[in-house]
Amino acid sequence: MADTVDTEALHAWIREFARLIAEHKDLLTELDSAIGDADHGINLHRGMSAVVEVLEKESPGRPAELLKRTGMTLVSTVGGASGPLYGTAFLRMSAIAGDAETLDGADIAKILRAALDGVVARGKAQAGDKTMYDALAPAVESIEESIADGQPLGEALDNAVRAAEQGRAATVAMVARKGRASYLGERSAGHQDPGATSVTLLVAAAARALA
Amino acid sequence: MSAMKKLINDPAHVVADALRGVALAHPELRVDHEQKVVYRGDAPVRGKVGLISGGGSGHEPLHAGFVGPGMLDAACAGEIFTSPVPDQMVAATKGVDGGAGVLHIVKNYTGDVMNFEMAAEIVAAETGTEVIAVVTDDDVAVQDSLYTAGRRGVGVTVLVEKIAGAAAAEGRPLADVAAVARKVNENGRSMGLALTSCTVPAAGKPTFDLPDGQMEVGIGIHGEPGRRRVPVASAAEAAEMLVTPILADLDYHSGVIAFVNGMGATPLIELYVLFAEVAAILEKSGVGIARSLVGPYITSLDMAGASVTLLRADDEILRLWDAPVRTPGLRWGI
Repeated sequence: MADTVDTEALHAWIREFARLIAEHKDLLTELDSAIGDADHGINLHRGMSAVVEVLEKESPGRPAELLKRTGMTLVSTVGGASGPLYGTAFLRMSAIAGDAETLDGADIAKILRAALDGVVARGKAQAGDKTMYDALAPAVESIEESIADGQPLGEALDNAVRAAEQGRAATVAMVARKGRASYLGERSAGHQDPGATSVTLLVAAAARALA
Repeated sequence: MSAMKKLINDPAHVVADALRGVALAHPELRVDHEQKVVYRGDAPVRGKVGLISGGGSGHEPLHAGFVGPGMLDAACAGEIFTSPVPDQMVAATKGVDGGAGVLHIVKNYTGDVMNFEMAAEIVAAETGTEVIAVVTDDDVAVQDSLYTAGRRGVGVTVLVEKIAGAAAAEGRPLADVAAVARKVNENGRSMGLALTSCTVPAAGKPTFDLPDGQMEVGIGIHGEPGRRRVPVASAAEAAEMLVTPILADLDYHSGVIAFVNGMGATPLIELYVLFAEVAAILEKSGVGIARSLVGPYITSLDMAGASVTLLRADDEILRLWDAPVRTPGLRWGI
């Protein structure tokens, strides 16, 4: 497949992410009830359902527009910490996408890097804090390396999914230092982070829809 | 497990349905049902600093119950235990801006802080309104370090809203009102315990399991697990568990506002039993009580339990505490 991602492909990515969130809603909420406040699945599902509805109503022209509308809708509907974090991620992707009609592999790596930077700016998380960062950061690094090595986007995204999954698995042993889970201190260890879990679904959705 | 018993119509509509009740019971307030924002009826008050707060629902009367003269100008209601979204704070900020700026009172939870931050960024981009945010973080149960999200905002939030609200009612400028709010937060500490968990309507089952005969010490107001689990103790022992860490955290002397708060399902008679024990400990420690507040003011749905907040009060704080207030949740002097 050609390494060109247009608005329609991005739209498919968003729809696939919404589908995966719906499918894993109960798992996300269960993970969150162990170390948080038991609403991650419910909140993201509400937000992504709203995004799908908004994008169905009026199909956006350029990639930046679709990403912006996704981010704005998430900010307005999710609440909690996930709303601003996912919302900021999509808004930063939109800013990087600019006027482009289509994105190539290098562009996808760039927008994902911007998403990660947005999550860091909003949440101030660092590696090892047991947050979505711990799955998203390795995924972004992986796709950057793959693209730099000249791999096609599909392969690069498949590698990124594996990197995210490894990062997600690594959160189990971590002691949370951000968010509500941090109140538990050592008791947060032994549980997989819900944010790292949902953001892995975002990368998995990209691998299925963008390549 | 027994089925959830709640006086609701539909778990998905609890917040909207409750706001309909608020609007009908308190015609002096104005409710924006679309945005889920409760305003005092005469907002914006020209020339007065506007005070807004907000947070997840389920802590009533906080925050909507504290909207009115002498306290908040508006409150944003989120989903149960979920921060409101920036659109709501943006609408509230614009709706209470009487030309003297707007204070955001934010409880220190990751979601609340981020959503209020985004709202302040949007307000800055769209209007010339000056906004200052004060974050409350008084819960001594949480270790305050670089390795946590910091202490949670709990009981002191009620006192900040009352006292900063009185400062704003005096016509003081935004920087002063913010300084008063910060002073109250810095001089107040809280600690809570739970006898039972609470049940979020959408979840339908208790947030955590607390076996018979056990209580959880150091809980927050969202059913977050606490510091430790111990056998249910007497009110005297419970008072020790709550007051000791507070007195260890801050140097208290005479002149405190002592606030014993119910978590939602604990009857007032038990709160008074607890208050008597708290007062006895304070007397032994040489800490005189200047004012007191006893009742369910910052709750956690149907959780049974209580929290203690002690605020070091100077003359300014006491004067502002005594100033008139007229809200559904607190009302005196008017």
